[in-house]
Amino acid sequence: MTDPEAKDTQVPSNPVSPPKPQRVIPILAVDDSSAVVSLYQSDSKIYARSVSGWFNYWRWAMVWVTQLVFYGLPWLVMNDRQAMLFDLGTRRFYIFNLVLYPQDLIYLTGLLVVSALSLFLFTAVAGRLWCGYTCPQTVYTEIFMWVERKIEGDRIARMRLDNMPFGVTKLARKSAKHAVWIAIGLWTGFTFVGYFTPIRSLAAEVLTLSLGPWELFWVLFYGFATYGNAGWMREQVCKYMCPYARFQSAMFDRDTLIVTYDEARGEGRGSRPRSDTPAQYHAKGLGDCIDCGLCVQVCPTGIDIRKGLQYECISCSACSDVCDGVMEKMHYPPGLIRNSTQNGVDQKLTRRAMFMRVLRPRILLYTAVLGAVVVGLLWSLLTRSAFKVDVVRDRGSMARMVEQGQIENVYRLQIMNATEQARRYALTVNGLKGARIVSGGQVTVDAAGSRWIAVRVQAPPDAAAPGSHAIAFVVSTPDAWGEEVTEKSVFLVPR
Amino acid sequence: MSDFTSGFWPWYIGGISLVSILACALLLWIAGKATVTVQPGKPVDNTTGHVWDGDLRELNNPLPRWWMWLFIITVVFSLGYLAIFPGLGSFKGLVKWTTLDEHQQDVTQLKATVAPLYAAFSAQSVEALAKDPRALAVGERLFMNNCSQCHASDGGGSKGFPNLTNANAAWLGERTADHIVQTVTNGRTGMMPPMGAAVGGEPEISEVANYVLSLSGSPHDAFKAASGKKLFTTCAGCHGMDGKGNKAVGAPNLTDPYWLHGWGEAAIVSMIKNGKTNVMPAQSPKLSSEQIHVVAAYVLSLSKSSLAADAVVPVSASKTP
Repeated sequence: MTDPEAKDTQVPSNPVSPPKPQRVIPILAVDDSSAVVSLYQSDSKIYARSVSGWFNYWRWAMVWVTQLVFYGLPWLVMNDRQAMLFDLGTRRFYIFNLVLYPQDLIYLTGLLVVSALSLFLFTAVAGRLWCGYTCPQTVYTEIFMWVERKIEGDRIARMRLDNMPFGVTKLARKSAKHAVWIAIGLWTGFTFVGYFTPIRSLAAEVLTLSLGPWELFWVLFYGFATYGNAGWMREQVCKYMCPYARFQSAMFDRDTLIVTYDEARGEGRGSRPRSDTPAQYHAKGLGDCIDCGLCVQVCPTGIDIRKGLQYECISCSACSDVCDGVMEKMHYPPGLIRNSTQNGVDQKLTRRAMFMRVLRPRILLYTAVLGAVVVGLLWSLLTRSAFKVDVVRDRGSMARMVEQGQIENVYRLQIMNATEQARRYALTVNGLKGARIVSGGQVTVDAAGSRWIAVRVQAPPDAAAPGSHAIAFVVSTPDAWGEEVTEKSVFLVPR
Repeated sequence: MSDFTSGFWPWYIGGISLVSILACALLLWIAGKATVTVQPGKPVDNTTGHVWDGDLRELNNPLPRWWMWLFIITVVFSLGYLAIFPGLGSFKGLVKWTTLDEHQQDVTQLKATVAPLYAAFSAQSVEALAKDPRALAVGERLFMNNCSQCHASDGGGSKGFPNLTNANAAWLGERTADHIVQTVTNGRTGMMPPMGAAVGGEPEISEVANYVLSLSGSPHDAFKAASGKKLFTTCAGCHGMDGKGNKAVGAPNLTDPYWLHGWGEAAIVSMIKNGKTNVMPAQSPKLSSEQIHVVAAYVLSLSKSSLAADAVVPVSASKTP
C-alpha cells in the first residue's frame, strides 16, 4: 500500500484520486456503503443549519437586490404606462423608454449572448458565483429557508419536529409554513404575469376575482413552480435538472476561485481542548480542523467540503462562514475553508499571486468578446431608428401600364412607429430616373402602432429597359429630427 | 384513415404505440427492482471509466427516485391520453375529438362574435358604410384576402383586371352600390368579339387602332387615325359613335386614358383581331351577403380616396408620321 492509499483509510474514501504528485480536483460521488444498493436513490432531506458571516451577508444583499428588482419593476410607471411591460397581445415590448417590436428580437439574442458570456467569464474567474448568489433557485430557496427557520426553528428543532408524531404542534407549524410558502409563491406568480399583463389591472382582477383563465393558469403555474422548486425540490434542481451546473465545470481550471478546504492545514481532524497550543495538538497528530461537522450541517446541498470540490457545490461559501466562526472561537486564524484556487492551495500562493493569475488567456478572451458584444449591443440600441419600414411588392400585380404608357408598380409598405407619439412620415422613392410615388407622399401612424399602406410608384415608359431595377424607398419624419430609413426594393418594367 | 390502403396499418401503428409504452413501464419496473451488490471493503468506483483532460470523469450516479416516478407518470399520462383522444390506430378516442369539429366550433364561435358587428353594418347603406372607418377596416381585410389577388392590393388592378380606384367615367359598368354588390355576388363576363374580319385587313386594323388611340389623346399616327375614323362605325355598335362606350353592355369608354387590356397600338390591334372574354368570378360561394355588403363599401370608397386623386399628365404631343 502506497502512502496516499494509507491516508484514505483515515479520510473518507477517495477512490478516484490518483497518486499524490499529480493531484486533481477530486470529484466525489455520494458515499453509499451499504452492501446492496438500488439503481434509484431516495433522497434524504437536508436540514441546513443557519449561518451568519461575510458571505451570508452578501448572499442576503443579493436576495434583496434581485427581489426588489423583480417584485418592484412592474409597479414602476413611465409615460403613462407600465415602465416594463411585455405586451404579447399587441406584440409590443416596453422597456422604460424603449418600444420594441418582435422584429427587434436581435436585442434579445444579444442579451442572451451577453448573459452566456458573462456566465463563462464569472465562472472561469470565481466559480459558480451565479449559482451561489443570484440564481433564482438559490434566492428563493434562501427566502423559503428563512421562513422555515422562523416557523419551525433551526436545524435541530426542524429535525425534532419532523420526527415527532403527528399532532397539533406539528400540524400548526407545518401548515403555517406551507401557507407562507404558498403566499410567496403566488405573489411571485402574480408578479411574473404582471410583466405581461399590466400589473395594476391584474391586481384589480385578482381583487374582484375576475382573472382571465390563462392569467389564472400562469399565476398558479409560476406560483406552484416557485413553491415546488424552492420548498420541495431545492438542491435536487441543482443536482439533477440544471444544465448550467453541468457545463460550468467545463469553465473551471486550476486558477478558478472555488470553495476549498485547506487539507494540509486541517488534517488530521479531531477534537481537542481549547487550551491546546498548536504545538500540543500538532504533537497529537491533529491539524486545525476540530471535526465539529458544522460545515456539513450548513451546506444547502448536503456535501462535505472537506472531501474536495464536488459537483453539487454551488459556491455559496456557507461552510466558509461557519468555519471562520469556529476558528475565531478556537483562536485559530480564519480561512481553513476559504475561497481560493486549486493552485493557490496546492502551491500556497499569496492572494496577490492568485489575483495575478486571473489575467490568463481564457479570461482575457472572454472579457474581450463580452466587451465587444456589450459595446455592439449598446451602440446598436442607441443609434436605432425610432421607426421601421418593411417593403413588400404587391402580390397581385407585377407591373402595369397605366395612362399615357406610364409604368406602375404597387408596393405595400409597413411603417412601424416605435415612439409613443403619433408620427407623420414622408415617403419618397429614388434609384430610378423619373420614378415617383403617385399615391400620396405622407402617412400618419399611431403611437406605437404599425400601418400597412399601398404605395404606387410610376415611372415614364422610357425610364428603363424591361426587367428588374433596384429602387429604394426613403421614409423620413419631417417633424422629428429628420430621421430617415431607407428600404430597398425592385421596380419591374414589363416587356 | 383514408391515407392508408389497408386495415392493417392502424393496427400496426396502434400496436407499436402500445407495445412501446408497455415496454417502458416494464423497463421501469425491472430497473426499480434491480440492485447492485457492493463487495464489502472494496471501494466503489461509480464512474463509467471514461476520463477526459486527465481528470474529468463521468459519474454513474443512481437516478433520484422521484425522477423514476416522473417516468411512471408519463406512462400513465400517455395511456390516459390515448384512451381519451384519437391516437391508437383508427380508434376515435372516448371523447371523439376531431380537428374538423374543433374548427367548426371555432367558426361557429367566430360567427357568433362577429354577427352583431355585421348586423350593424347590414343595417346601413353601402354608401354610408363607405364613410365608416370601422367598416372600411373590415372591408379592407376582406378585400386583401379575396380581391387583391387580381385587383392588386391598392385596387388598381392590372392588365385584364379592372382598376377600381378610378373616377366614375372609367368604370365599365355603373359605379353604384347595387352594381358593385351585383358584380361581386354573381360575377360578370365581359366579351369583345374578334372584329378583325369585319374591319378589314392588317392596314385597316392598324388605322382603326390609331383612331382609337387618338380618341384619348394618346400618341398616335394622325394620318392613319383619319382613315380609321370611317372604319370605326364597325365598333360603334358597342362603343358608340363617339367611342364613349356603353355601360349597359360593359363596353369600355375609349376616350379616357385608362386601358384595361393594354395601352398602345399593338395591344389594340390584338384586341380587334382576337377579341376577349374576361370573367369576374362570382364571390357568393365564398363570401356571405353581409361580407359582400361591407366589401362593396370598401370598393366604393377606393375611388373616392386619395388614391384616386392621381394626377393624369395630359400628353398633347402626337406622334408625327
